[in-house]
Amino acid sequence: MKIIIEISYLVSSIFFIFGIKLLSSPKSARKGNFLSSVGMLIAIIVTLLDQHVLTYEWIIIGIIIGGLIGGFMAFKTPMTGMPQMVGVLNGFGGGASTLVALSEFYKLGLNVPTQTGIAIFASLLIGSVTFTGSMIAFGKLQGIVSGKVIRYPLQHPINLLLFIGLIVAGVFLVIYPSLSWLVLAITFVALLLGILLVLPIGGADMPVAISLLNSYSGMAGATTGFVLQNNELIIAGSLVGASGIILTLIMCKAMNRSLLNVVLGGWASAGTTQTASTTSAKGQVKSVDSEELAMIFDAAENVIIVPGYGMAVAQAQHAVRDLVNILESKGKKVRFAIHPVAGRMPGHMNVLLAEAQVSYDKLLAMEDINDDFPNTDVALIIGANDVVNPAARHDKASPIYGMPILNVDYAKTVVINKRSMNAGYAGIENELFYYPNALMYFGDAKEAVNKLVQEIKQL
Amino acid sequence: MDGNFLMLVYVFVLAIFVGFELISKVPPILHTPLMSGSNAISGITIVGALLAAGAEEMTLSTILGFIAVIFAMINVVGGYLVTDRMLKMFKKK
Repeated sequence: MKIIIEISYLVSSIFFIFGIKLLSSPKSARKGNFLSSVGMLIAIIVTLLDQHVLTYEWIIIGIIIGGLIGGFMAFKTPMTGMPQMVGVLNGFGGGASTLVALSEFYKLGLNVPTQTGIAIFASLLIGSVTFTGSMIAFGKLQGIVSGKVIRYPLQHPINLLLFIGLIVAGVFLVIYPSLSWLVLAITFVALLLGILLVLPIGGADMPVAISLLNSYSGMAGATTGFVLQNNELIIAGSLVGASGIILTLIMCKAMNRSLLNVVLGGWASAGTTQTASTTSAKGQVKSVDSEELAMIFDAAENVIIVPGYGMAVAQAQHAVRDLVNILESKGKKVRFAIHPVAGRMPGHMNVLLAEAQVSYDKLLAMEDINDDFPNTDVALIIGANDVVNPAARHDKASPIYGMPILNVDYAKTVVINKRSMNAGYAGIENELFYYPNALMYFGDAKEAVNKLVQEIKQL
Repeated sequence: MDGNFLMLVYVFVLAIFVGFELISKVPPILHTPLMSGSNAISGITIVGALLAAGAEEMTLSTILGFIAVIFAMINVVGGYLVTDRMLKMFKKK
């Protein structure tokens, strides 16, 4: 029986690997996700046959409760709420790892072998940080916790002290497993650390935070695998851990910042008073109304739309789709340029536009479309700011200097839809707005785009 | 440190390499479904939760396992279903 179980776990792991492999193309991705879920089903069924599982009442109740909650969340969460959803799911994964590690510790009683002790400690630490960290990330994305960069006194010394304390407690736990109160202390402090680590991270850095927590949730699973000496947990957990790390690095690179810099909380200048001083003598901002803009679009042949978090906030994706449709019906070429950190999580803009039924071959990543801006008649920016700021290319004094940006300013005309002249997340003014080929189109993204569509229709 | 434990470390290291290879091929357009889908996979902790909750007598250990089953199931079911919901929307006209 043991052999059958082990082989089934191996088969299940292969399903996971194939599942992720099929995610390499939008055509096969859905099938990949299905295969992966079959792998999970195999793992669950086989575990229920394990000789250590003797009673089923609580398991069945737990599966039903968890399944209903998960299913409800999956169907009820609107696409605009996806960053929160992903955040919460990461949290539950981490929470489950913590609970399993605690449970295993109490089951073993005083007989905790050294390596199991280390694994339990690692599982408690990573699982707990993932749990509370994800809940704070959820709170920030949902607007329950402030999305700003929150600083508290002695931020870094406190976190460092807690971390060192945790390591020391961990060493003691491994040496003296009979000190069972230490387990609770470790869990409690790790939960606290999760809160303190994510609290300072600002809204626009959320893509990094979410990816990192994603990675932690996988690593928590892998450490649980070490606790239980189960290969499948280690394989599946490492796959997820690697996935999260890759996404984290992509996000950091797209902001030209080190992981440490993001984790330690915000741009040095974020939220400072730099905005006030730079408003003078940069030239005039030209604004445009919907009627005039309709005529500019009518004369254009090549259009690139650059969406940002503002589009998500205004839920303007359907209006944008209407704009694409009407422009295409007039024979114009319309594409989207998507910056890796646009929005609040990796791929955020793609999901919203897919929801609005924009064909995915029109959604281009920065490196695939950036050279096309010089041949573009109109670049329309909807709710993006720092990722199109040309200062990143040439102004060495700018906090975002060196960050890869979308070269919208190379287009013949750049139209910027924004609610006001306020600075972006980095707290710096965007010189693009003062460029001779730039036109400001003020208003809420959804209303403004709808108005534009109406005007184009009337031409 | 026994051989069994070393084998686990082997598996861990190799799986991370496989993960890096696989995931670097996922296009940016699918990064959100990748996150939610891989997140569902991390719900594999359900295996540990089931083992913990299924012990014969009712102890603190089994109660913790029971809660872990709920958490892991939310992760698994929520993760797979929401990923499927997203991937269904990605269409090419």
